[in-house]
Amino acid sequence: MSAQSLLAQFQATGVQTCFHNRHINPQILAGLNGANWRLKDYEARGGYQALRQVLGAPGGQAMTPDQVVAVVKESSLRGRGGAGFPTGLKWSFMPRQFPGQKYLVCNSDEGEPGTCKDRDIMEYNPHIVIEGMIIAAYAMGISVGYNYIHGEIFHTYDRFEQALEEARAAGYLGDHILGSSFNFQLHAAHGFGAYICGEETGLLESLEGKKGQPRYKPPFPASFGLYGKPTTINNTETFAAVPWIIRNGGAAYVACGKPNNGGTKIYSVSGDVELPGNYEVPMGTPFAQLLELAGGVRKGRQLKAVIPGGSSSPVLPASIIMDCTMDYDSIAKAGSMLGSGAVIVMDDSRCMVKSLQRLSYFYMHESCGQCTPCREGTGWLSRVVDRIENGQGRPSDMDLLNSVAENIQGRTICALGDAAAMPVRAMLKHYLPEFEYHVVHKTCMVPAYV
Amino acid sequence: MIELQIDGKKVDIAEGSTVMHAAEKAGTYIPHFCYHKKLSIAASCRMCLVDIEKMPKPMPACATSVTQGMVVHTRSDKAVKAQQSVMEFLLINHPLDCPICDQGGECQLQDLAVGYGGSASRYEEEKRVVKVKDVGPLISMQEMARCIHCTRCVRFGQEIAGVMELGMSHRGEHAEIETFVGQSVDSELSGNMIDICPVGALTSKPFRYSARTWELSRRKSVSPHDSTGANLIVQVKNNRVMRVVPLENEVVNECWIADRDRFSYEALNAPDRLTTPMIKQGGKWNDVDWKTALDYVAHGLRGIKTEHGAGAIGALVSPHSTVEELYLAGALVRGLGSQNIDYRLRNAQFDRSRPGALWLGMPIAALSSLQAVLVVGSNLRKDHPLFAQRIRQAARAGCAVSAVMAAEPQWALPVSHVSVAPAAQWVRALADVAAAVAQARNLQAPTSGQATDVAKAIAASLLEGERKAVLLGNAAAHHAQAQELLSLANWIAEHTGASVGYLTEAANTVGAQLVGALPAAQGLNAGQMLGGQLKAALLLNTEPEFDSAAGPAAAKALESCDMVVTLSPFKTNMAFSDVLLPIAPFTETSGTFVNAEGRIQSFHAVVKPQGETRPAWKVLRALADMLGLPGFGFDASTQVLAQALGLSEGAAPALVETGKLSNAIGASQAEPVAWSEPCVAAIYQLDGLVRRAPSLQLTADAKVAAQTEVTA
Repeated sequence: MSAQSLLAQFQATGVQTCFHNRHINPQILAGLNGANWRLKDYEARGGYQALRQVLGAPGGQAMTPDQVVAVVKESSLRGRGGAGFPTGLKWSFMPRQFPGQKYLVCNSDEGEPGTCKDRDIMEYNPHIVIEGMIIAAYAMGISVGYNYIHGEIFHTYDRFEQALEEARAAGYLGDHILGSSFNFQLHAAHGFGAYICGEETGLLESLEGKKGQPRYKPPFPASFGLYGKPTTINNTETFAAVPWIIRNGGAAYVACGKPNNGGTKIYSVSGDVELPGNYEVPMGTPFAQLLELAGGVRKGRQLKAVIPGGSSSPVLPASIIMDCTMDYDSIAKAGSMLGSGAVIVMDDSRCMVKSLQRLSYFYMHESCGQCTPCREGTGWLSRVVDRIENGQGRPSDMDLLNSVAENIQGRTICALGDAAAMPVRAMLKHYLPEFEYHVVHKTCMVPAYV
Repeated sequence: MIELQIDGKKVDIAEGSTVMHAAEKAGTYIPHFCYHKKLSIAASCRMCLVDIEKMPKPMPACATSVTQGMVVHTRSDKAVKAQQSVMEFLLINHPLDCPICDQGGECQLQDLAVGYGGSASRYEEEKRVVKVKDVGPLISMQEMARCIHCTRCVRFGQEIAGVMELGMSHRGEHAEIETFVGQSVDSELSGNMIDICPVGALTSKPFRYSARTWELSRRKSVSPHDSTGANLIVQVKNNRVMRVVPLENEVVNECWIADRDRFSYEALNAPDRLTTPMIKQGGKWNDVDWKTALDYVAHGLRGIKTEHGAGAIGALVSPHSTVEELYLAGALVRGLGSQNIDYRLRNAQFDRSRPGALWLGMPIAALSSLQAVLVVGSNLRKDHPLFAQRIRQAARAGCAVSAVMAAEPQWALPVSHVSVAPAAQWVRALADVAAAVAQARNLQAPTSGQATDVAKAIAASLLEGERKAVLLGNAAAHHAQAQELLSLANWIAEHTGASVGYLTEAANTVGAQLVGALPAAQGLNAGQMLGGQLKAALLLNTEPEFDSAAGPAAAKALESCDMVVTLSPFKTNMAFSDVLLPIAPFTETSGTFVNAEGRIQSFHAVVKPQGETRPAWKVLRALADMLGLPGFGFDASTQVLAQALGLSEGAAPALVETGKLSNAIGASQAEPVAWSEPCVAAIYQLDGLVRRAPSLQLTADAKVAAQTEVTA
């Protein structure tokens, strides 16, 4: 299906992705209809005003880089890629007076199962990312940036390239941006579809043209990043949040979320809901409200469980998640992670063993293979879950799974090992009886899919 | 200095060190696989996880920098549990058939599994199967299911050998170490990957399954091939050399050896080993006993001396022979009244007198820290694999490497500036560099030269920094204008503050000069001797058809002799020799080599001589006795060494006195000679041993050499 017909379908049905009016106070996805992604449309929505404000053009007072960082710090914007690291703090780690090249990298390698927010941002509002990156580059004194785009969404890459051309032609990118002395070159690069390249140092390796394998940290990218130079890597949505923060101020951003969890967040709600799609709502929105926006559980079934932040975040049973608000702190307190905001909703027809089988297979498939616990452990986990699902499990298998997951977690180079281990441990913690039922009865305890 | 505590022991260590370094210093062993002191840090095997106070997770010791006051526990519950879990993961897909594994008994995984592995596996699924790979004649990748993906071999290729021949393809469980589709591993240092492989994945093709490691006795030796003098451990079973591995010596070969050093042992048992003296009678070769053979030689030499004068007798000797052998060969020739002895068989131009032995001009270890180097006429990587390795490390640290070469250098290291010129133009090319140096420093250039752009760039690189050298390779040493090259190199070095040196061709090139394996003033040099001016020739450990600049013409010249005596471990030179005397190769005799930096390295025999073979020093001594020559009453090779180098016995210094080494131009200039291309041996044609090592002859390098020979 071509990009055009895909877009036509989205527009016609209106349920998918982001073209609906069920966002709450949207900042990034506001007013998008799939056709208004171009520069002139973005400018009409107030685009590049933040950049003008930062650079003081025309006639105005330019902000200093420190002031920009201070505003971002004040906003309590946290990294939207999954870890939720405070963005302003990350920006302040970049060495100011570094004599050589520094780099800015946008991590658009959106590979977390369940996540499709960055794709929509880049496809339907690409300039907001470009503007955010220019402002970030200005704040950190960086002259070259890359946007590393997931390899399996090539038309999005094409779209982003077109947007870059527009921005260059309009003088937003290149030398002497808006007549100032600030220069910034931004390039798009596309990956080849490896999940591990979404890990920031794996991404850097891939961007350098090498095999995408995470690096051992420290050194962190802020001191040894792309081509060994200081580098800041942020998620697409993080950059996309920056223009609004500059225009409206840090305090306003905090105000529309909750303390320590500023702003809005886009949730990719998928699974057993009536209206799956991307929902931009303020941080701290109750999960129940988000579920309602997404049309509730499909076919009126009971909510069983939710994976709140992409496949690597621990699953939360309905009883817990229904009391949560959707923000970093609340979800962490409940024992999971907000992650990338991929909310996977499961109703009572879902078998947790089957679900875990699929997840574990994914991590086995995506492990880069360089470090031992992940290379060997992800396959082991997958095989044991596999045999439980297939009626060949043993009573000791649940302990074995827990033990193997425990042995992987915290002992790998990057977080993929943890990502593989956490779902296993959470599934066993909350749904042990289902696993035991599988072992004993060699069949599933939930009713067959309807 | 940083002070930290490891298992309760206080350690002081330089800032920037890792916990692994600190543990080594404290004498605490931390289990590891991917960590190797000479390679970059991968931190991927996770075996070295240790418990560091105030850190929530166990940390890899190899990649964690020390900090002031750090408290490390390597044996705490947390550390041991982490290490045990990693060991379990490593073993789930690793075959558990140590008794039939070639690595069994010398396997790091096996050793550590004893300490950290369980007695039974919790993993009951099918194990991973990994396709076997054929990567050439030296390394076997027949058992890649044993690979634990430590990537030492990959990093070795990238960092030490300079070519990434092995890589890890695919990902996750399917990750495999392999070459690029269908290619072989052709590096001249490839054998080291076998050593650093912690498991039985990469094994030695010639050696595998021929002996168990615990059956082998280990004996020290020194490589007889290139001028590095790489230190070896020769492993022996039943009086047969089974395998050669490096003996670590940080100032010489570090922990590496070239494939030439490692696999040439195969020739020791070559089918054409000479195990008994032989005499040619009526065109037919007969085995004889030593007495008959030596009588025959002594009689022949006496006769020729009487008939043609002592000047008709000459010795052509190999720079791969020991100091002792070369000294006695010289003494024998001189005792007969001749001055004709020369080791320089591949040279074109011969100088008459020298202020000292030509040498590297600097310590070998200093090659690694050069800031600028100009290499003239050397196929550096193939002629001197370990020197190239050191210069590669220097280049990785920013050393500006320049070259004057007949073709773009293929050294697997970054070369900054190259003056490409045919060998006949090298004097001009160096004169250009000298002119550029002169221009930069406002001096009078030594000869007319053009300060071309590349010459200026080379000159500029040599004028910067403190540690720099001008190095002359084998092609420069064997060049028809060798003297002019040396003189220009000296001038450039003098005016840029660089040192000047010859890489020197063979294991004992420096030693041969020190003990007089050179013609005195009136003697014939190798070129003249091979030009047909001899009636009796002694060929010590050399095959002039392959070892000399004259090539096949040498055979013709020697055919016209009345008597040719070949002392060799092999049945060789049979077309033109009259007598073959079986002498011991380096593994069967004690001896000494002096390497390029003037390091005196003695070694013992590691096996008994095969058949009637005898150490050459004993043969020469016996021959001298038969000829009635005085001063040969040596009972041990150490006595020969002491006399040869003017030492008191038993007190061999590590290095030759610097006064005996000099790269200055001699008082009497060498005569100009007609132009001929410099004679340089291909990597696996250097000497009789490597030429007979079957596996080396199957390598890509050997095939390329054979190809060029055919087309030439």
